[in-house]
Amino acid sequence: MALKVRVWRGKEQGAFTTYEVAREESQTVLDVVVHIQRHLEPSLSFRYACRVGMCGSCAMNVNGVARWTCRTHVSKVVAGDELEIAPLSNLPVIKDLATDMREFFDKWARAKGQFKGSKTRHDDFARVEPASKERLAADAGIECIGCGICYASCDVVSWRPDFLGPAALNRAWTLVNDQRDTQQGERLRAVAGDAGCHACHTQGSCSERCPKQLAPSAAIAGLKRLTGRMAVRGKL
Amino acid sequence: MTTAATQAKLWYAMRISSMVLAVCVLLHIATVIYAVRGGLSAAEILGRTHGNWFFGAFYVVFVVACSVHVPLGLAAIAREWLGVRERMALVFAQVVGLVILLMGLRAVYGVVAG
Repeated sequence: MALKVRVWRGKEQGAFTTYEVAREESQTVLDVVVHIQRHLEPSLSFRYACRVGMCGSCAMNVNGVARWTCRTHVSKVVAGDELEIAPLSNLPVIKDLATDMREFFDKWARAKGQFKGSKTRHDDFARVEPASKERLAADAGIECIGCGICYASCDVVSWRPDFLGPAALNRAWTLVNDQRDTQQGERLRAVAGDAGCHACHTQGSCSERCPKQLAPSAAIAGLKRLTGRMAVRGKL
Repeated sequence: MTTAATQAKLWYAMRISSMVLAVCVLLHIATVIYAVRGGLSAAEILGRTHGNWFFGAFYVVFVVACSVHVPLGLAAIAREWLGVRERMALVFAQVVGLVILLMGLRAVYGVVAG
């Protein structure tokens, strides 16, 4: 049996081209795209690196849903014998399946996604209680691989392009809960407001689609509660 | 340009007002279900509400919560769906809030004291 694979070709303007790819056992969507590039269409552009769900570079829209293609089996997503593979939504298309991720990562920086500590190598290790509420909250979000699936699945990003998005806010929430970090006030100011956590409608597509089963909507809810409280107390 | 702190406060106001509304709506619906058992007429409604200051206070709270909650929600819709700018959206919200507040309080006054 052969798969009929419709693949986006072009930039923002373009069209789907259909390729026939042999169906294999345990075949992933990334296998299909690699096969097309190696045997049918050498000019097809897309991104991937690790093939094992660590690097977060191979995300694409597969049959309308953003997924990590290296860990998505064709059998799980195929509709009859058809696959439609498109670049991630909410990001400019560079070519074919490769999107421009700059804005996505710039928003991490805008949400103060950088760790900044106060200790030097001469100081002792910080002792963080593993069972503390903050440590557990940070733990829940730190496995993000930056694939952009949540960002591509977020309706609020589509409606308000300046919205920081689930990944950047999830990152901010992990740092808000990092007791070693020294930029807490700046970070809360950066993530509050209508381009930040308060724009989120808690639709939960980010948590639904996150391949690492993280819950950015829970992180955003945490940021809303904290920034709301701080604002009312005049500390934001 | 509204600051992040203002936006956070507005969100907080929306959240608190939604909590108040949740209680108010339940009580309101329970009252409606109870009240319509014997049919609904203006005389019957006014007979129950006229001079009832508990009723009046309850609906004043209800109206105030609406006048906070509804405009903020409409402002969000105006921003996201109609692309209205932040400042315009907040002006729009204030006008809607004021209209709801005045109409609501006038209605409460009408059935309690008018």
